[in-house]
Amino acid sequence: MQRNPQLNKHGELIHLLSIEGLPRALLHQILDTAGTFLSVNDRDVKKVPLLRGKSVFNLFFENSTRTRTTFEIAAKRLSADVINLDIARSSAAKGESLLDTIANLSAMHADMFVVRHSESGAPYLIAQHCAPHVHVVNAGDGRHAHPTQGLLDMYTIRHFKQDFTQLTVAIVGDIVHSRVARSDIHALTTLGVPEIRAVGPKTLVPGDLREMGVRVCHDMAEGVRGADVVIMLRLQNERMSGAMLPSAGEFFKNYGLTQEKLALAKPDAIVMHPGPINRGVEIESSVADGKQSVILPQVTFGIAVRMAVMSTIAGNNA
Amino acid sequence: MMNLLIKNGRLVDPATGRDGPGDVAIAAGRVVSVGSVSPDFRPDRSIDASGLVVAPGLVDLAVRLREPGHEHEGMLESEMAAAVAGGVTSVVCPPDTDPPLDEPGLVEMLKFRARNLNQAHLYPLGALTRGLAGEVLTEMAELAEAGCVGFSQADATLGDTLIMQRAMQYASTFGYTVWLRPQDAYLGKGVAASGALATRLGLTGVPVIAETIALHTIFELVRATGARVHLCRLSSAAGVGLVRSAKAEGLPVSCDVSVNQLHLTDMDIGYFNAAMRLTPPLRQQRDRDAIRAALADGTIDALVSDHTPVDEDAKNLPFAEAEPGATGLELLLSLALKWGTEQGLSLAKALSTVTCEPVRVLGDTLASLASSAGRLVEGGVADICLFDPQARWTVQPTAFKSQGKHSPFAGLELPGKVRCTLVAGHVAYEAD
Repeated sequence: MQRNPQLNKHGELIHLLSIEGLPRALLHQILDTAGTFLSVNDRDVKKVPLLRGKSVFNLFFENSTRTRTTFEIAAKRLSADVINLDIARSSAAKGESLLDTIANLSAMHADMFVVRHSESGAPYLIAQHCAPHVHVVNAGDGRHAHPTQGLLDMYTIRHFKQDFTQLTVAIVGDIVHSRVARSDIHALTTLGVPEIRAVGPKTLVPGDLREMGVRVCHDMAEGVRGADVVIMLRLQNERMSGAMLPSAGEFFKNYGLTQEKLALAKPDAIVMHPGPINRGVEIESSVADGKQSVILPQVTFGIAVRMAVMSTIAGNNA
Repeated sequence: MMNLLIKNGRLVDPATGRDGPGDVAIAAGRVVSVGSVSPDFRPDRSIDASGLVVAPGLVDLAVRLREPGHEHEGMLESEMAAAVAGGVTSVVCPPDTDPPLDEPGLVEMLKFRARNLNQAHLYPLGALTRGLAGEVLTEMAELAEAGCVGFSQADATLGDTLIMQRAMQYASTFGYTVWLRPQDAYLGKGVAASGALATRLGLTGVPVIAETIALHTIFELVRATGARVHLCRLSSAAGVGLVRSAKAEGLPVSCDVSVNQLHLTDMDIGYFNAAMRLTPPLRQQRDRDAIRAALADGTIDALVSDHTPVDEDAKNLPFAEAEPGATGLELLLSLALKWGTEQGLSLAKALSTVTCEPVRVLGDTLASLASSAGRLVEGGVADICLFDPQARWTVQPTAFKSQGKHSPFAGLELPGKVRCTLVAGHVAYEAD
């Protein structure tokens, strides 16, 4: 078995590829660092010089304006130079291979690649083939992982609930195709959450998911009852009709989060969503905008968490 | 033709279990004596086989040569050189070339090119359907005359059961064997075996039922048509169980497994290692255990390399996009020996899975001389492999003779090193 490629031989984080396999103390350390950056975001001059002179390349092989923007803001607040490359519309479209693209960008003296790719594992291939001083941050790969989203979700939960070890967390929706769900599950497990529920129909929440240590629920009421945290996932358009689900309407009727369903959770339960939300598909507007919703704080925390990740890995050598 | 004398070797005939010291005399491409050689025999050359095993050359039922159409991944020259370097003297190649082997002319050309290279014997499988498209039957009788030893869809699954029934009816009319990889066309679309690892890594899964549903379908069609079927590359414990019952019932079926499924599991994928991107996908420990036991008890007839040279550009991609397959010809012997030792089997038994047993699968499609391959008998064809059973070596894919430089066994230390390979009495390979 190979060594975990995101850690150096001292066990320090040099790339962030997945939350799986990272120790609990390291996760808390990143969340603590994010806490210190949160105040930077409130200052008049929202910059610290930690990445001054460094070049961060945003490599988005799959489009995502929102995630790319939050990484860009995070890198700029760390004083890095940020180069955005929309590969989906340039090199890859011209037939250049992934590794050729990486070799070319490395020759431009990149210090960090932030990678979004439609295939699970693509950031591992990049981390394996780039120069030793270059760091890789996975900004979402296929169905596999979205570790910064996982960390910002943990930051949010810690912020509102403090202790992980007494919580019940329900994740609802298209779990099988979700990199966010996988990263959340690994993070919640590592941080000691005793009950994690995966809620949805069998086409989106197959029994195999039990292998990840979650309780699989096909009934929404059973899934959210007594929960401290309800994480709703975005239902991708392509899943809304076909062999996975007959229609968005039927999905909402059974698994959409309404006031009525939310009432089954603990009275102080928080509602989270990685965004962008589909109102009326996975979540009712009055819930998304309601007092239990922490969807907007998630976005704010996301910048601080990405600053923490980038400054942590930039400080460690391969 | 040279007269050759192999002296002081340890002679192993897997067909009879014979294992003991002796000499072998070869003349005119045939073995003339095994054990003690008459002092009147005048060799042109003597080979000292002290410390070496003298065994029949290996017979590999699944070797992609990549010609015609995929010459950037492999050529007849490079892949035949890899065969003899691995002690393999007969290879069966599937029809998934470009164009597929669906016309007699293509088969004749391939056989002609192979004959001119004068290395391993080549036995092509013809395409079962034209273009492997699963719609129109090929001219099987013509293809058989051109040298095809069976008919196959390779990895192109045949979803249409009506066409499959007709193909099996037609093939069985002439007594041809149909070679099928049991995999459902729809359930088999994933890139890794369904299970904990695929779930964790977010890779699309191929469930075990993709194999068992296909096996049930094939067995029903065998019952209905009487066709003889060879099942290629089993991957699961449940699949092995179905084959065991089918054989007990007396159905005319045989099957093989690749060195990959015999030694590896999905855990070896680790962090998206594309060298482990294989078809069929690697399954779990209990599947591997069942496969290892079934090869030992004869439920699985033959061990194959499933040799598939893949070029660098096609492999250096994210796991799901990487082309499936691995280079295997040069590892077949060592991986058979490793399995045999780990299972506590005799050397003759381990070798039988890559010599006489695959020849039995080919059955009477081979001409009378060729059908003596896989055995060490007087009057038989002098296809012989001399190897050092004590030698250990480390797999370095860059050193392969094959044009494909990808192996899931890279870096692993293996037992057994080929020293010399004879094909029809001539020295086709000698180690430096």
